[in-house]
Amino acid sequence: MNASPWGRTLARWVWPAAILALLLIGWEVAVRLTNVPAWQLPPPSAIARSFVSDHALLWKHTIVTLKEVALGFSLALVAGLLVGIAIDASPILERAIYPLIIASQTIPMVALAPLLLIWFGYGLLPKVLVTALVCFFPIAVNTVDGLRVADREMLSLLKSMGASSWQQFRLVKCPASLPSIFTGARIAIAFSVIGAVFGELVGASAGLGYLMQRSAAQFQTARLFAAIVILSALGVGLFALVSLLERILLPWRRFVTDEA
Amino acid sequence: MCVVVPPRLHNDRTPRAASSAPPRLTLRHIDSTYTERGHSVQALQDISFDIADGEFVALIGPSGSGKSTLLDIVAGLFAQTGGDVALDGAVVATRERLGAAAYMRQRDLLLPWRTALDNAALALEVHGHDRREARQLALDRFPEFGLAGFERAWPAQLSGGMRQRVAFLRTVLTERPLLLLDEPFGALDALSRVALQSWLLDLWERERQAVLLVTHDVDEAIFLADRVVVLTPRPGRIAHIEAIALPRPRHREIVTSAAFLQHRAALLDALGLLAPATGGTA
Repeated sequence: MNASPWGRTLARWVWPAAILALLLIGWEVAVRLTNVPAWQLPPPSAIARSFVSDHALLWKHTIVTLKEVALGFSLALVAGLLVGIAIDASPILERAIYPLIIASQTIPMVALAPLLLIWFGYGLLPKVLVTALVCFFPIAVNTVDGLRVADREMLSLLKSMGASSWQQFRLVKCPASLPSIFTGARIAIAFSVIGAVFGELVGASAGLGYLMQRSAAQFQTARLFAAIVILSALGVGLFALVSLLERILLPWRRFVTDEA
Repeated sequence: MCVVVPPRLHNDRTPRAASSAPPRLTLRHIDSTYTERGHSVQALQDISFDIADGEFVALIGPSGSGKSTLLDIVAGLFAQTGGDVALDGAVVATRERLGAAAYMRQRDLLLPWRTALDNAALALEVHGHDRREARQLALDRFPEFGLAGFERAWPAQLSGGMRQRVAFLRTVLTERPLLLLDEPFGALDALSRVALQSWLLDLWERERQAVLLVTHDVDEAIFLADRVVVLTPRPGRIAHIEAIALPRPRHREIVTSAAFLQHRAALLDALGLLAPATGGTA
């Protein structure tokens, strides 16, 4: 109960870590006992060896995917914020654009990615665009929501002080919307890695998705697993990064228990 | 017509401005009607009274009598449908009244993402002081508001009474000569309420702004105000204006004095709360 914050964080991770360790040991033992060929199911030790022997290759392709994710997410962030602000500011834009944005989400990415490949080729751009398209929606929608939840009474207080529209936006609407925008950003960053890899699977010459496809074709299953581990670590790490940024930028959130 | 009310300090100890000076606030035949679900509702009817410089006026009435609407009208947040609002003798249009008075509501409306200090400095920032200067001005008055040591606390970490004092400091720091207070103690428990009333009175004795206080508490109105304006149920009309003849500075004991009880009887009568048959008339 009265453990330090660090102690509590540690306690939260002890059990999942223990379960994971048990699973890995069970996996290793089961593979050795049953003599399953390594190209079908490599034991964790073989995957660990692949991390060492293939580290240059894995690193090179990780950098490519990370670049796609960073560019795609940034693009989506800028576009999502701008569109969200525009929709909030203009009732006409809201009626014109908002339904279209929501409808656009019914178009499956599976259908769009090959199109982007035809238009933009095998390079970086189509992957960045797939990532951005996947990230855009949660950011834009949560920006609109966040700007809407701004307390009307707080806005009228600012108005009664003689605040300009810009001051009302800067001092109330913008900070009030940040928690919601961060929620959108966390969802988006979790999607972003999937988006980038999906873009690579459709057609690429580099990146973790490409490496996975090639490793699978060559029955380099241990390397395939290594790439999967990196991918999930990437997803978890980026998610944690956004959460950390939220804690640093919105320190007051830790004390707000109810929305009064 | 545009009247710029200059921000100024009110440290002069003279209790009241010379009678020749125009009132801080003049309300002339204010009507307010709004439409709700296709029906037109009259909230206020023919409200006329003045508040002199340095005068404390309380406004009481049953809920729905348009008290808050009247404050919104004076603050410029809401346009009256008839009548004039004058500040310092000059009629001012609704939108141009924005920022002319300091307005405080029942909810403290502290911005949760600003520390106590930054919340107190908010109005100064809006009025164009740079942030450093605004913070310094707010910081100088933290001890006086019983907030020393809580400068960097988030609003969520403060008690209700402290939050309300931060909101008060924010209001007072605007240095507007007219304060509009809409049930500022309404959300507090009885003890904090009484403590803050005395505290507000002390503060006001030093600053002497013109105050228009909305309350539903008769004792609070008598204890604080020079005059108490009683509104009727909807549509809010002026039922009675009670001049409070209690000496200042006032202390808590005054609430048991005979004069206090007489004012109380008169006000309860005007509110129709004493005799069931006769409503109060002006």
